[in-house]
Amino acid sequence: MASVMILETKGLSKSFGGLQANTDIDFKLQEGLITALIGPNGAGKTTFVGMLCGRIPATSGQVFFNGENISALPAHQRIRLGIAYTFQITSIFPGLSVAGNVELSLRRAQKLKTKDIGAAVQKVLAQVNLSDRADQVAKDLSYGHQRILEIAMGLAQDPKLFILDEPTQGLSESEVEEFIALIKSLAGDTTILLIEHNMDVVMKSADHIAVLNFGELLAEGTPAEIRENKSVQSAYLGTSEDA
Amino acid sequence: MTDIQRSNWLHIGVVIALACSFFILPEYHSGNLARILVLAVYAMGYNLLFGYTGLLSLGHALFFAAGMYGLGLAMQFFDFNPIAAVIAGLILALVVSICVGFLALRTTGVAFMIVTLMFAQAGYLTILYFGEYTRGDEGFVIQQADRMVGMIDLTSPMGRFFTALLLFAICFFIIAYIVRSGFGLALVAIRENEERATMLGYDVMRLKLQAVVISGVMSGSAGAAYALLFGYAGATFATVQYSIFPLLWVLLGGAGVTIGPLIGTIFMFYLIDYSSAITPAYMLIAGLALVLLTLFAPQGLAGELRRRFLPWLP
Repeated sequence: MASVMILETKGLSKSFGGLQANTDIDFKLQEGLITALIGPNGAGKTTFVGMLCGRIPATSGQVFFNGENISALPAHQRIRLGIAYTFQITSIFPGLSVAGNVELSLRRAQKLKTKDIGAAVQKVLAQVNLSDRADQVAKDLSYGHQRILEIAMGLAQDPKLFILDEPTQGLSESEVEEFIALIKSLAGDTTILLIEHNMDVVMKSADHIAVLNFGELLAEGTPAEIRENKSVQSAYLGTSEDA
Repeated sequence: MTDIQRSNWLHIGVVIALACSFFILPEYHSGNLARILVLAVYAMGYNLLFGYTGLLSLGHALFFAAGMYGLGLAMQFFDFNPIAAVIAGLILALVVSICVGFLALRTTGVAFMIVTLMFAQAGYLTILYFGEYTRGDEGFVIQQADRMVGMIDLTSPMGRFFTALLLFAICFFIIAYIVRSGFGLALVAIRENEERATMLGYDVMRLKLQAVVISGVMSGSAGAAYALLFGYAGATFATVQYSIFPLLWVLLGGAGVTIGPLIGTIFMFYLIDYSSAITPAYMLIAGLALVLLTLFAPQGLAGELRRRFLPWLP
């Protein structure tokens, strides 16, 4: 089966003043897989995915989604094409209930009749084990649960491409395991782009890994290939090449 | 009873109670109440933008005045009948709110407050500049003979009260409907976290503009009704003071609660009314009451009610 690219970037660059955050990134994302984007702190990962979903305007370069050039589209229109994004720094609607948060996501993404929304919300919450907290105000949730709520909002969008920016940060070990199981169950229908520092999560879940370093794409490949890659080891793990 | 049924009964009940109050209250108070209802419409328009969407405007007097002068000038110079003049007032408020919204929404936060304030000041100065037609600060009276809609005399206590109540009820139900709709929920989403709303695919700019326009037209309808029912249009209603009033009413009554604006307007009206009966320095008493209220009920009267007893209040 020929692999289909759901997303592609050509020469994508971003500079903040004199700081070059991303340089000339040519990147292809294969449909239906879980791709992990890794790299040391400050490598430009969040900037890169921010440019994919339109949150951060690119300085130059292009983004193609399903073959269509979406570089000129504002963020909300890109989201409507089927991209979901969860923030690195938790971003929810603090004053609304857990169910209200998910409802907002559902209403935008799916044309549902008012009477069906309740059931749809419950279904999403059940997927992430938040059902018993549906009526709780989101800001009263623990940090970990807020992270999970944010993932639930992404799920509710039923996206074609789901971009997760460090989703497991702040989750307990059992929650991390549940998270891995969850995204693995999504893969196939949904393409997942995962920024992750937790190598355990990356190695357990990712089909494909891309490494960013100093704003440039350093390497790409299967987990095994990346593990063996000497330049990745030196950049990411801090070991020198001759060590 | 579900929350939706409760909320329906609340809104219907409030309107029925207000209608009954006309026959129960002494004439002085029912006269006050007619005025309060019109001002509460203004506050409800403000609440949609401030309480639900989270946009603090300091220029709503411009919309109020647009409605007022749209109606007043149409009657004064073009002999419009009251219904046509109300429509003229609404159209002017619509046009003004689209223009102001389109420009002011390019800013956020403090800048938005300042820009709306400046637009309202420009509006006020425009009214003064064309004093030949608008009579400036002095204003002009809309003749009693012109204030007849069919057989209904809008200058009679009853005609005035029930016209005010009709407008109030329409706006009250519209707001109740909006806040429960997907649109209303999206406005709350903008208030809570604008960036997240964008990243869920909401067109935040467009939603905000819609909120400004609905809010502006509702405020304009209050301005038009005020001129029609009380027979006077003047530039005082376009001053900063009249932009601050709805903010105060909404804050006191409860921002983001459908019933908040009515409660806040009644409270403030009678606070000033009673304290000015005690001393000419009535703002001293009123000010103290306001300080105490903000200290002990920071979410306003209805907001506090919701927090403590009635979590279902829309």
